[in-house]
Amino acid sequence: MQWLSILHDYTFQNVVIGAALLGLISGPLGSFAVLRRQSLLGDAISHAALPGVCLGFIIAGSREMGSIIVGAMVTGALAALLMLVLTRMSRLKTDASIGICLSIFFAIGLVLLTYIQGSNNASQGGLESFLFGQAAATLRSDLWLMGGITLFSLTLLGALWKQAKLVTFDPEFAHTVGLPVSLIEVLLTTMVTLAVVVGLQMVGVVLMAAMIVAPAVAARQWSRHLGAMVFIAAGVGVVSGVSGASISALSRGLATGPLIILSASIIVLISLAIAPQRGLLWGLLQHLRQVSQLRRRQILYTLYKTQSTRDQEVHNLPFRLNFSAAIALWQLRRKGFLVSQKTPCLPMSAGNRWLLTSLGVREAQSVMAELNGKTT
Amino acid sequence: MVRDERVALSVNDLTVSYHSQPVLWDINIDIPSGVMAGIVGPNGAGKSTLIKSLLGLVPSLSGEAFIDGKSYKSQRKRVGYVPQRSSVDWDFPTTALDVVTMGLYGRLGWFKRPGRKEREESLEALDMVGMRALADRQISQLSGGQQQRVFLARALVQKADVYFLDEPMAGVDATTERAIIDILRRLRDEGKTLIVVHHDLQTVRRYFDWLLLLNVSVVAMGNVDDVFTADNLRKAYGGQIALLDDSNSLMFAASKRDN
Ligand SMILES: Nc1ncnc2c1ncn2[C@@H]1O[C@H](COP(=O)(O)OP(=O)(O)OP(=O)(O)O)[C@@H](O)[C@H]1O
Ligand SMILES: [Mg+2]
Repeated sequence: MQWLSILHDYTFQNVVIGAALLGLISGPLGSFAVLRRQSLLGDAISHAALPGVCLGFIIAGSREMGSIIVGAMVTGALAALLMLVLTRMSRLKTDASIGICLSIFFAIGLVLLTYIQGSNNASQGGLESFLFGQAAATLRSDLWLMGGITLFSLTLLGALWKQAKLVTFDPEFAHTVGLPVSLIEVLLTTMVTLAVVVGLQMVGVVLMAAMIVAPAVAARQWSRHLGAMVFIAAGVGVVSGVSGASISALSRGLATGPLIILSASIIVLISLAIAPQRGLLWGLLQHLRQVSQLRRRQILYTLYKTQSTRDQEVHNLPFRLNFSAAIALWQLRRKGFLVSQKTPCLPMSAGNRWLLTSLGVREAQSVMAELNGKTT
Repeated sequence: MVRDERVALSVNDLTVSYHSQPVLWDINIDIPSGVMAGIVGPNGAGKSTLIKSLLGLVPSLSGEAFIDGKSYKSQRKRVGYVPQRSSVDWDFPTTALDVVTMGLYGRLGWFKRPGRKEREESLEALDMVGMRALADRQISQLSGGQQQRVFLARALVQKADVYFLDEPMAGVDATTERAIIDILRRLRDEGKTLIVVHHDLQTVRRYFDWLLLLNVSVVAMGNVDDVFTADNLRKAYGGQIALLDDSNSLMFAASKRDN
């Protein structure tokens, strides 16, 4: 049994736990980033982590996780703060300042990376794995670090829940009730850095942004409250992490990070399509339902009008019989509002004749009453 | 009408600029306690900016604001704010009730969560604005007028003494406008001071006791009957306002005052 043996595989356990932790931290923090319209921020911060990774390596002299994480956190937070300052102090729009920070920091990172590679350091092997992640290299000790960071961020978010919510929804009002808005904004922004460093090893700096945005976007489709959104986002993050890691393990050789991102993206696509209220499919169904209800009412109304004015019992339909009208007629007949009669004395093109039953008459009257009530 | 002689809001030498362009220039205001005060002026006159700078949302070059003679910072809990409806993203995942409860966050302190008592208070405020039935409705599914009422309810739970409202009647139908103005009047009759940015000149006389005509600097202020004259309006609006040249419209506005 390949399945069972995999569960006992040491590397696989590490990867799955790491991926789950990554989902757990990036979902909730991403929710706030998305709601604050800072989806691109995750992108900039994660790219800005690269120079930090390199600096950490240069300073420590080896590929040691602790110093690399500290380096990534420092440059990531620096980029985040620079963006806040740029948007506050200059006339730059958010997207422009995010674009600037992203490219500058990433360029510096790439330069440092090539510098390290050129310096012939024997232990430089695999530093570029932070670009796209290398999940299999995750160690137990890395997990403790990732777990600690996740726990810390979620606890902080929980403690400042009320403040974070108000600052995200209405920062100006938050200011007038005396909340330190700038402090909370800085916290929410720099905490994204923590999610990024958790993802460094797993998915790498290039794809990390998707891990911040995707679970949050999927969760928004299914939630009516901020709390629910954050929980669902965490869930989506964990599910995509675990399934990405599992698919990768079962298919020996496919990269874990991209598979995690792909899993998250599939969940996003499904959510965008079918989520109740907000999904595209749901909207389409709703639209069709409304159209057919309108059709039914229109038929009842027209038949009722002609029936009562001409004082006849049987009529041709006074409108064209297209597809939606045919469906509506069928539905009405099934409900017992209509009966149809074949009339041999008329040419075929006239088709069936339709007659309102007494039930149908009553329904038509209530439709008319409602219409009149709305227009007066 | 109860009107005591205290000054609810006083502003000294306020000057505000966005990027070296002065938006408010040397503003001095004293608004008496217990009035319904209107702030009127053309688009871009700085009405919203005035409120925002008094609340510390926009930095000012100079000037101070006093609530009841004490600095605004020390009186923050006594000030309520109803921002322009368009200032937030209504697609935020939350309910009407939750938004109203946000008005209590300042009072709750750092770590206390809103509980049953806060819920009751918020429901009561929603009741006052006629929105109790929609308490659990998603805010993205509220109409513009209903969103405005939710914002008003959020300010009501603040139980403030001085309220700033930025165009609370913008884009709402006649029924909602009536409901909002009734609530504001009730607050005034309880002795609170309401400072309302307003844009409909037809209703100024009917709604307000006190008026500030603003266009970058103060054009005129005082009792509405003294300030709301064709002359002052022409000064505030410049040539933009042909309607005021025939004195009928002012008479018309004046005659509606008594209902
Ligand atoms: N964030 C901003 N940055 C730069 N200029 C601004 C900003 N906000 C407002 N302004 C400028 O300040 C001036 C006053 O704006 P303000 O919004 O206070 O006017 P207002 O009286 O509220 O107008 P309205 O009736 O349209 O609401 C305008 O000229 C506007 O262009
Ligand atoms: Mg304004």
